[in-house]
Amino acid sequence: MSEVRTPLFRLAKREAMSREKIWAIRVGSIIIALILGCIPIMLTGNNPISAYAVIVQGSVSRPIYIRQTVKIAIPLLGCALAIAPCFKMRFWNIGAEGQITMGAVAATFFALNFAKTIPSPLLLAIMFITAATAGGLWALIPAFFKAKWNTNETLFTLMMNYIAIGIVAWLQGGPWEGRKGSQLIPMFDDAARLPEVFRVHCGWIIVLLLVVLMYFYMNKTKQGFEIAVIGDSVNTARYAGMNVGWIIMRTMFISGAISGIVGFMIVSGANYTLYKGVANGVGFTSITVAWLSQLNSFAMIAISAMLAILEKGSNTLQTRLQVPASIADIITGILLFSMLASEFFINYKLIFRGRDKKEVNA
Amino acid sequence: MDTKYAIEMKGITKRFGQVVANDSINLTIKRGEILALLGENGSGKTTLMNMLSGIYQPDEGEIYKDGKLIYIHSPREAYEHGIGMIHQHYKLIEVFTAAQNILLGLDEKMDIKGANLKVKEICERYGFDIEPTTKVYDMSVSQKQTVEIVKVLYRGAEILILDEPTAVLTPQETDTLFEVLRNMKKDGKAIVIITHKLNEVMEVSDKVAVLRKGEYIGTVETRNTNPQALTDMMVGHSVALNINRPLYENPHKKLVVENLTCVDEEGIKKLDNVSFIANTGEILGVAGISGSGQKELLEAIAGLYPVKNGSIRVVDDKDNETELVGKTPRKIREAGVGMAFVPEDRLGMGLVGSMGMTGNMLLRSWKNGKGAFLKKKEPENLANRVMEELEVVTPSIDFPVRRLSGGNVQKVLVGREISNEPSVLMTAYAVRGLDINTSYTIYNLLTEQKMKGAAVVYVGEDLDVLLELADRILVLCGGRVSGIVDARTTTKEEVGLMMTQIGEDVDE
Repeated sequence: MSEVRTPLFRLAKREAMSREKIWAIRVGSIIIALILGCIPIMLTGNNPISAYAVIVQGSVSRPIYIRQTVKIAIPLLGCALAIAPCFKMRFWNIGAEGQITMGAVAATFFALNFAKTIPSPLLLAIMFITAATAGGLWALIPAFFKAKWNTNETLFTLMMNYIAIGIVAWLQGGPWEGRKGSQLIPMFDDAARLPEVFRVHCGWIIVLLLVVLMYFYMNKTKQGFEIAVIGDSVNTARYAGMNVGWIIMRTMFISGAISGIVGFMIVSGANYTLYKGVANGVGFTSITVAWLSQLNSFAMIAISAMLAILEKGSNTLQTRLQVPASIADIITGILLFSMLASEFFINYKLIFRGRDKKEVNA
Repeated sequence: MDTKYAIEMKGITKRFGQVVANDSINLTIKRGEILALLGENGSGKTTLMNMLSGIYQPDEGEIYKDGKLIYIHSPREAYEHGIGMIHQHYKLIEVFTAAQNILLGLDEKMDIKGANLKVKEICERYGFDIEPTTKVYDMSVSQKQTVEIVKVLYRGAEILILDEPTAVLTPQETDTLFEVLRNMKKDGKAIVIITHKLNEVMEVSDKVAVLRKGEYIGTVETRNTNPQALTDMMVGHSVALNINRPLYENPHKKLVVENLTCVDEEGIKKLDNVSFIANTGEILGVAGISGSGQKELLEAIAGLYPVKNGSIRVVDDKDNETELVGKTPRKIREAGVGMAFVPEDRLGMGLVGSMGMTGNMLLRSWKNGKGAFLKKKEPENLANRVMEELEVVTPSIDFPVRRLSGGNVQKVLVGREISNEPSVLMTAYAVRGLDINTSYTIYNLLTEQKMKGAAVVYVGEDLDVLLELADRILVLCGGRVSGIVDARTTTKEEVGLMMTQIGEDVDE
């Protein structure tokens, strides 16, 4: 019979789905990921439900935990906003790590040298601007080569990360070293530290502001339109009279500048000093944030909060239940997979063998 | 045996999502017969044949071969049943020889020598003109097609399906192909050609099966029918075959192209010393085998292709000339030259697939207005106007155009391009892939623009249309102008001949 060699299931393209349904699938995939996340927790010999409870407890149950969680979320969100325009343009900027670092270097330069001479608000403003400029210029280098000679931006931006980190390593052990032999850059003066609002450094206000700005930039401005057109088709952009090379460079500068600001917030708001691990993988994790939120700035708030909760909570998990904190990374990985799978099921559906054949063969 | 059908398809239904591509279709194919499967674009011809060649499986219905019920799950199984399909887009490895390509995917031992002999033998039998040892990249399009046909024959196919085999061929190559098809028919093969060209149907087929919008309309003997009757079957109601071609009073020159030469990145000449004038109030047809420089010509005029030599000028009403060479598309627009361009690659160049109609209208005007913000009001109005006037079928003006049907995509593009009353309107393959009704809509829009005094440059592939739509026809061959003829007096044969060779009287 025909059944014999009909595949068990086949794929068919779906018609348009309602927005609500699409988001329901996405939320559902997060839940499925959390359920799958139980498996590695159980492998460590723990009850997954109590483990999740500890994660939530450890990250949001007390104001101090919430503040620490927010502190983790700030750079994630900021950096996700930074790479969103690049990704929209299909320019794979994976160099946010380096751009954060260079922003932090610029901010640190002023923090170390002018804390005594410039009043704090002005100093912070200068640190903000120079950090943005430094991050932007750092990002401009690969963009320039891409625009001019069509070099591969993925490799280029990745390599730039290591150069930036190398520069900090040299500063740490060389010109900016505090106590000789310490390999450490001195802590910032109070004048160079970001003030706190609700007892968290005011970077959270800056990133929330950026969320709104980025939303308008991407959706309402001419430049945002140009970025979207290039992301869809470079030829269409040229046809419409856009200067593609220039737009790539401009967008990368903006992206790098925001990463630079994130770097400034990390050194001036959280660490109060600079070391070579300043970016601490934020430039990469934020790619996950940007991707999971479909480049929607408001969705990024939720995703970065979720990843921050996972990270903060799993630290508690480690101290309380001796579960390795890297469990957070595993769950994040499962999340990413399951979100990608959900995009697949938004576009396709499975038809199982026999289901629609019954009537015919009966 | 003679009366028995080689293939009998019964009640075949295939759905893609909500679209019913084939709705309980019955079709019979006989040995020693050429069956033309006729239908407009999107009528389900290719889908139906793909089910015969194992690419799709029917949702409902049965296929019989020689009276026996069979199931075809893959192209390989189709071969086992003696069914082979030659697709519209060839699936050949460029760096392999003809014989290597033919052997590819077969389980038998790689015996190139034996294969060469066998290929040669097949070629001689049916009158093919290929060498088994030629590499594919050295072949012309028609030779590549031949390789595909031989590939199918080599696998012992007795039932051959050809999907739009003449789409890429010159008239002369088409004749050769038809000769081969007739030879195969004499040899007892069953042949199906998928096409929407009536003249070819009349010329080569024995029977015609007509599909319309996924439904089977009927099968007729070719000798008992005529193009008019077939058209009626295809479109459901009679469509006048005549394209309206009014004459414009007092034309003057609008677009002057002089000694235009363009080379591509590899240094190959794509346009060689091309000169012509396009006048207001005329449609200048551009004919040529695909890849003769049509694309480069239009893109060079639009400022999208680098010009090595020559001059492109637009003349305004007061005889002032504006040089376009060296200008970017934006500079050309800023120079006040009303230029509109409907490129061949609609979604890849003319439109942004992921955006709705509004976003696509914005492509022309996104720079307008002061400030950093987009002005969406006007494009929105324009989108609504285009949707109404050109009857674009879309759920909303914000529905991604990528998901519209081909005809609607083209309406969006053409609608935008003619919206600011262009003085020069260039179109590349404006009706490719469109059904007859939409094609006529496009012809009428172009003629309307012509009568408003625009110089319309129409690059086309269907000679019948060019002969009826255009006022003059410029024929390109290998990047050179082989002649410019009056469309009202020339013949298809004349143009066809010019397409394959440079005429003696190159236009000065």
